[in-house]
Order: sequence, then C-alpha cells, then structure tokens
Amino acid sequence: MSAPVAKRKTDIGPPHYEKFLPPVIKENYGKWKYHEIPQPGVLMHVSESGAKLFSVRAATPRLLSIETLRLFAALADEFTGGYLRFTSRNNVEFLASDESKVAPLIARLKKEGYPVGGIGPGITNIVHTQGWVHCHSAASDASGVVKSLMDELMPHFERSDLPAKVRVAFACCLNMCGAVHCSDIAVLAVHRKPPKINHDTLHKTCEIPSTVAACPTGAIRPATVNGKQSVEVIEEQCMFCGNCFTVCPSMTMSDPENDGISIWVGGKVSNARHEPMFSKLAIPYLPNNPPRWPEVTDAVKNLVDTYAKDARPFERLGEWIERIGWPKFFKMTGLEFTKYHLDDFTHAGESFKRSAQLRQSRE
Amino acid sequence: MTDQKHATPLLDELEKGPWPSFVKEIKKSAKSPMVQDLLGQLERSYSEKIGHWKHGGLVGVQGYGGGVIGRYNDLAEEFPGVSEFHTVRVNQPSGWFYTSDALRTLCDIWDAHGSGLTNMHGSTGDMVLLGCRTTELEPIFKKLTDAGFDLGGSGSDMRTPSCCNGMARCEWACYDTMAFCNDMTQTYQDELHRPAFPYKFKIKAAGCPNDCVASVARSDMSVIGTWRDEIQVDQAQVKEYAKKLNIERDVCGRCPTKCITFDAAKSTIAVDDENCVRCMHCINAMPKALAPGKDRGATILIGAKAPIVKGALLASVLVPFIKMEAPYEDIKELIAAMWDLWAEHGQNRERIGEFIQRVGLGNFLEQIGLDPAPEMVVQPRTNPYIYYNLD
Repeated sequence: MSAPVAKRKTDIGPPHYEKFLPPVIKENYGKWKYHEIPQPGVLMHVSESGAKLFSVRAATPRLLSIETLRLFAALADEFTGGYLRFTSRNNVEFLASDESKVAPLIARLKKEGYPVGGIGPGITNIVHTQGWVHCHSAASDASGVVKSLMDELMPHFERSDLPAKVRVAFACCLNMCGAVHCSDIAVLAVHRKPPKINHDTLHKTCEIPSTVAACPTGAIRPATVNGKQSVEVIEEQCMFCGNCFTVCPSMTMSDPENDGISIWVGGKVSNARHEPMFSKLAIPYLPNNPPRWPEVTDAVKNLVDTYAKDARPFERLGEWIERIGWPKFFKMTGLEFTKYHLDDFTHAGESFKRSAQLRQSRE
Repeated sequence: MTDQKHATPLLDELEKGPWPSFVKEIKKSAKSPMVQDLLGQLERSYSEKIGHWKHGGLVGVQGYGGGVIGRYNDLAEEFPGVSEFHTVRVNQPSGWFYTSDALRTLCDIWDAHGSGLTNMHGSTGDMVLLGCRTTELEPIFKKLTDAGFDLGGSGSDMRTPSCCNGMARCEWACYDTMAFCNDMTQTYQDELHRPAFPYKFKIKAAGCPNDCVASVARSDMSVIGTWRDEIQVDQAQVKEYAKKLNIERDVCGRCPTKCITFDAAKSTIAVDDENCVRCMHCINAMPKALAPGKDRGATILIGAKAPIVKGALLASVLVPFIKMEAPYEDIKELIAAMWDLWAEHGQNRERIGEFIQRVGLGNFLEQIGLDPAPEMVVQPRTNPYIYYNLD
C-alpha cells in the first residue's frame, strides 16, 4: 500500500489583507476624515476619532534584493510595529501611528540610501518595465534609463516643487507593460527595422496562420523559402510594433544600431480637471546610449524645466500644452516637429486640426 | 560583498548617483551563481545594446497555466547560471500591505530556491520573484501555499486584480476597494490560474476619480469610485483655505464645468452639484474643507489597453453608477455575461476593448443585457451609416 499523498494546496488566493493592516488602520478603516502633507514624503491622515496615521514614503528601484526587503522589514519592526506597504509607483511606505517615530525613520531611510519624498506636486518614482534585465522583446534597458533619469530629477522627488504632479513612465517596447501611454512624460523604447526572419527555424517554432494574423497592417504573408514553409514581410507596410515576434520567436526585432527611445508627453489618468488623456509624441527617436542615456536625460530635463517655468498652479503637463497650444510647445521646448508626429494608423484623422482656430504670431 | 565572476564597468557607472541603484541591488544578491551570470549577461547587453533573453517557454506548476513566465537566455554556454531564469508572479495582498514577518517569509522561500531578486511590484500588481530554475518551481509553490500565498495570473487569463489602498487610508474612497479586489481575486481563482480567454483580462479598482491605480488606462474592467449626492462642504475650513489658496483662480477657475463659485466677501463656496462631474479637483485642492458625498458607489468602465494589437484604448463607460455592496452579485452577473460573449466570439489575442470596437458597442450591450445610455458617449454618432435591424 502506498503512503497517503498529502493533498496539494491550490487556488487559495493571496492572504487576506486584514492580516497585514496595523491596528490604527483596522480601528479607523473607512473613517478617515482628511489628510495633510506635514513635510515632503510624509502623509498625515486624520480620522473622525482624531487618530492619526503617518505614512513615510521612500523611493526604491523596484528591482529589490531580499537583503533590502529584510532591511525594510527590520526598519518596520524598529519604527512602525512591523507594518509597511508598497505603492502603485513602486515606492515603499512605512505606516506609523506614533509621530515621534517619523523623524528618526526618515533619518535612517536616508542613511541607508532610500530618499524620502514622492508626494504632492513633483516627480515620484518612474513606473517601468524589465528591459534587458529580464525581457525578450526589450528595445532598451529599463532600470538603467530610470536610474539615470531619477539621478537628475531627484530634487523634484524630495521637494515637490512643480506646478502639479509629473508622472513619468518607461516601457522598453510597444507592449508597454508599464502602460506608459497615459503619462505626463512617457519614455518608450522603440524598434525601427522590420523583423529579421529565421527561415530555418520558423516552420518549427511558429504557427504560420497565427503569425500572419498577428500583423495589424497585414504586412505578413505565407511564403516558401528555400523549400521550407515560412513567411515574408512587406517591409513598406511594417510599423515595427513587434506583434509578430510576440507570437513567433523566429521573427526577431532587436537591432543594436537602430533601436532607441521615443518620448511622449501630456497624458494623464486622473479625472481631476481635464479628462484622462493619452500621451502625445514629442520626440520620435533618441539613440540608445548606455550606461547613462545622456540624450534622454537631457530631453526629459528640458521638458520638465520648460513646463515648470510656464505652467500655472495645478496645471498638469498636458493641460499646460492645451492652454498654450502645440505650436508654442514645440517652439518653447526647441523640439523639431516632423512627419513622424503625424499619425497614420487606425485613429489617424482624429489628431488632425480641422479648423482655422490657430494662434498666429507676428514674426 | 562577494567577488564578481564577471567585470561590469558599464553597470558600475549606475551604482553612482543619489537615486537607489538597481545594480547595487543585483550585487547584494551576488552570492547566488545565477546572479553572478545575470551581471555578466547584463553587462554584455550594455556593451552590445541588445537583450539576451529568448522568447518565453511553457513552464509552470502542475495544474496551473499561469503565474510563471518562462525565461531562457541565448548565451547559455557563457552564462549558464541564467540559462533558465523564470519569473514567478506571487499574487499580492490587496493594497500591497505587508507585515515584516510576511516579507521575511517570502524572502526565506526565495533565498532557498531562486536568485534573491524581486520586483516590488510588477506592472499588473503581483510581487515578482525574478529568476529561478524549472526544478525549483514546485518546491517554491509548495512553500508559498503553505505560507498562505498563491500565484498570480499570466497569459490569456484573468490577470491578478489590483486596487488602491481605499478605505484603509484614504478619506476619498467611495467604496471598499480592497474588499472588492480581494473578493474578485478569490471568486475567480480558476479564471486567474487557468488561461481560457481570447487574451488577458485585467480588473483594477480605484476608490475615487483620482484613479491612483491608473485603471482607466490599464484595465479591461475599471471600477472607479464616485458619488451621486452633494459634495460635503465645511465652510469654516473653506475660510481657512482662503487665507493661503487663491480659491477663485485655482479652484473655481479650474473646475471643468464651472459649477463651483466663491463668494470672496463671505469666504464661502457654493457648488451646483447637478453640474458637477465628480472630477475631484476642488476636493484635492481643499481636502479639509470638501469631501465626496455620502451616497457613494462606482462607475464601471470597459476596454482599456496598451497598443498591442490594434492601438491603445482608454476605458469607456459601461455602467454610469452602481452601488458597491458585497457580495457584488450584480457585478458578477455582468462579468459572467461579458466573459461568455467574449470567450465565444472573441478572436485570438483580441482584448475585450478591441472586441467591442469590432462588433460595435450597441451589439455588445444588447448581448450582455445592458441598455444604451447617453453617459456612454461623448456625443451620439455623426456617421449616418446605421445598421438598422427591423426584425
């Protein structure tokens, strides 16, 4: 007789969140009255009962070693009764009910190299993807660009000194795992050459009908190459989206010479004031220049600085551009307007100006 | 620090500077031979400007079709430590709350079986364990479930739902996002773990129209808290804000429907609530003076996605207002109707937003049993090519 097999535990889902809530949250759940930002990087929530919760927000690079997670756990034990959370933009937050813990906690976080900030009208952490660290379709690294950018933008993380929040996001290909398409500043890595087809392996690794169907512009058709079943690409019709590579590993997109970075501006997801909107193309291409991507950091700094000088309080980047108009945006930023800024895909016509309402200038 | 097997002069540049360094994080885990080779391979990518990961392979744990992303490199001889370097997605607790003990438990599991590197968190919301060999997947899964954790979604399944911290820490939460997110996650464990849809389906829950989880841009079903009655006003606090804030210019002047007015003589505001579109701006600007109304619920929007395959979409209104009460039977009926229709008629790799674009919102609504409503459009159609059906 065989030994009884222990029943395999499946489909239990995540632990219930109540297990992880500090007492001050359990006691005041749904009873918060208002909040203030007593100092950069700190939220003070006040309950109807008068109870207070102090959340101290610190930056992380998102890619974290378990050594650092254990450090965060130890800091939580020392300062906040063991309670902490992470934010939707990859910051860590320590949840203190005792105000006297806030200052020493901030000092420790800074000493350990995790800057405190990211709340209010400034630049918080950059939501980003895996890049060369762990992705097969990356047209650039993600972590390296983000690190280079935040080294430059960090004053706006620590000081919240902009007219409104500026949400920056990075995606390493058009799959946009970081869903950058609705960010104030979206940094998007792009491929710019048609897929390279490996005809020797394609018939073994790819299903030809689904590969053909994957192309949004119908640029792929079945073909026999060197006696093997394969596909061919009508290159003039290719817009380098990488859909084919997603379903067919034998159609690779990566190209060290031609891959690079595009920059998009003026998107938002919040409903506050203006409705949510997509980011729009500002810069079609900048070179991949590791390890510090200076062209990209200069471009983003220029966008932030130009916005900061001219925007009015509460005006998000996209709202500022709507007020001044795109011609002035290109003039003020010194960016070139090119044929690549004119949409030519599914919703192309929606972005064309169909009126004579233009801000004319004298010169 | 452990000695490095491979020199990393380019990556070393990214240890400099004030922002926390991911290279330092990787090096902290360099006692793992996998991570030594990860450093070597990443340095190679930095010098060659190209990635060295191959397309994912089919790996996973027994009985699940999602939750693990296979990852292999194309330089297996040179960097054997990362010849298999799979991702494990661990379903996060709602609102991303943890205790130090829970974090340490997860660290211990990952220390014993993987690279020691994580993402806190991935784009969809899961805790991401970054890099392990195929043989470790079952032992990791066993230890995770013993500790009360489970895997998240991947592939063409319901992806791990996520939410803002809602009523746990926000006075603006118009419904209990964490309870709703947890309920959805637990109700649909089968759909989460066993891909059976045309493509992925994401649910995100935001407690108010500020939408801190970007649900309107990033989820197939976006549930955004809102209210039906009047904004709550504390005029005494308005007077306090009037001392430090230009209410006329920065609050009233920025109201999208100009439904809020300021009486400078009395330092009070008045809101024409019938014309308020619940944008949150005035409440954001004066959180001590204003609050969402008391008759709270949510707006459900449908179909957001990133560009792949046929272009990016923001979500559009499906249910203008719904009360959010557990066990959310009405929402579950709606989800069942949508999934049935989409699973039967959706094409391979067609998100529900693209499906609606193809079949038409009118037909979609008819099939799932919802009536069309003017809240669903910016304006009625201007195009006169109408598919009248007279049967």
